[in-house]
Amino acid sequence: MRVELDFMAVLSQWPLLATGVVWTLGLTAISSVAGVFVGMAFAWARASGPSWLRWVVGTYVELIRNTPFIVQLFFIFFGLPALGFKLSPEIASVLAMVINLAAYATEIIRAGVEATPRGQIEAAESLALNRVQIYTRVVLPPALKKVWPAMVSQIIIVMLGSAVCGQISTQELSYAANLIQGRNFRAFEAFIVATLIYLVLSVAVRKLLNWAGPKFLFGR
Amino acid sequence: MIEFSIWDIFRNLLLAARWTVVLSLVAFIGGGLVGALLLVGRLSAARSAPGAQKTARMVRRALDGYVLLFQGTPLLMQLFLAYFGLALFGINVPAWVAAGVALTLYTSAYLAEIWRGCVDAIPKGQWEAAQSLALNFGEQLRYIVLPQAVRIAVPPTVGFLVQVIKGTALASVIGFIELTKAGTMITNATFKPFVVYSCVALMYFALCFPVSLYARKLERKARNGR
Repeated sequence: MRVELDFMAVLSQWPLLATGVVWTLGLTAISSVAGVFVGMAFAWARASGPSWLRWVVGTYVELIRNTPFIVQLFFIFFGLPALGFKLSPEIASVLAMVINLAAYATEIIRAGVEATPRGQIEAAESLALNRVQIYTRVVLPPALKKVWPAMVSQIIIVMLGSAVCGQISTQELSYAANLIQGRNFRAFEAFIVATLIYLVLSVAVRKLLNWAGPKFLFGR
Repeated sequence: MIEFSIWDIFRNLLLAARWTVVLSLVAFIGGGLVGALLLVGRLSAARSAPGAQKTARMVRRALDGYVLLFQGTPLLMQLFLAYFGLALFGINVPAWVAAGVALTLYTSAYLAEIWRGCVDAIPKGQWEAAQSLALNFGEQLRYIVLPQAVRIAVPPTVGFLVQVIKGTALASVIGFIELTKAGTMITNATFKPFVVYSCVALMYFALCFPVSLYARKLERKARNGR
């Protein structure tokens, strides 16, 4: 049988797709910056915090890493209002993405932090650096450098995962595709276009982060 | 309106969790088979006769593209494409078929990539030694390379099972009634989203955490050597 595909019907709605791309990239940018910073703090807590804090962070990491993102999102968006925290879809999406990415970032960064040679910390102590300075200036930069490829992969996984945020009507790319197919019934074409855009985005974001990490985060 | 006790909620979710388990197993086993085929395709292309270099390169490119396609796009989009794409050809697919197909392909791409890394970790000398014993390609793979590669491959493969289980949650979006979808439906009936989604999350945790722990144990064992 003949299958007729009409991509123009989808591409003519490009303003919607463009808005979706902006939202997807915006959500990803905010959540990756916040997630990586929270991850740095939690990695410290997990590697050298007091034992109760280690336990709390450990539980958080395991809970997040062993439940699906969509359930976390629904819990935040539908579950929390029952307790009195009402959130807009956008805020709920960002919150879920940050919470999700931070758990993975904690584990990734911790692996790098724990690989720091003991001598470097002792050297920093002998230079009278305090604990914060030792962590942020001596331990973190080489640790981040070591784990950056894993971090980049995780950020991209979170970006692709953000497609689910359309389910709570955040206007990101998959929501745009859904909207377009609702208008013209070209479901297959709409999702093909959206999927290809995601593919381009993930390749581009990987390139960008591979360049930006060494430049801004840990030098060289 | 029917009154739901906590036990009713829990029991119904538990019943739906069976489908999460079934879908995970289908995707994992199906993905494993397809992934193994992809791996063998890549290896036999890599070891082809000097005359067939061009085909070998094309096979490799195609497989790289396959992996990039599935790792570089959202699983949700893959599910939508399977669901609406198959329908386009006049096949009216039930949600569980679309979910099974999409998750199988998704899993196969990841497993093929993981296993490729494991086979690459086997020193080249092993292949050469096997060749010098006049074993053919199948025998080299069967008796020399795979037994060693499988040993390193087991921990990351078990670890990936967790990703598959979590991935099945997305099948709820195309209407397959598994744990997450059941959670949404029960929420709509009971107006207790906090309780219901807490239970859903706990059930996923109960499924995934033991697998994670097991994968970690295997990893530690592999690292310390037997």
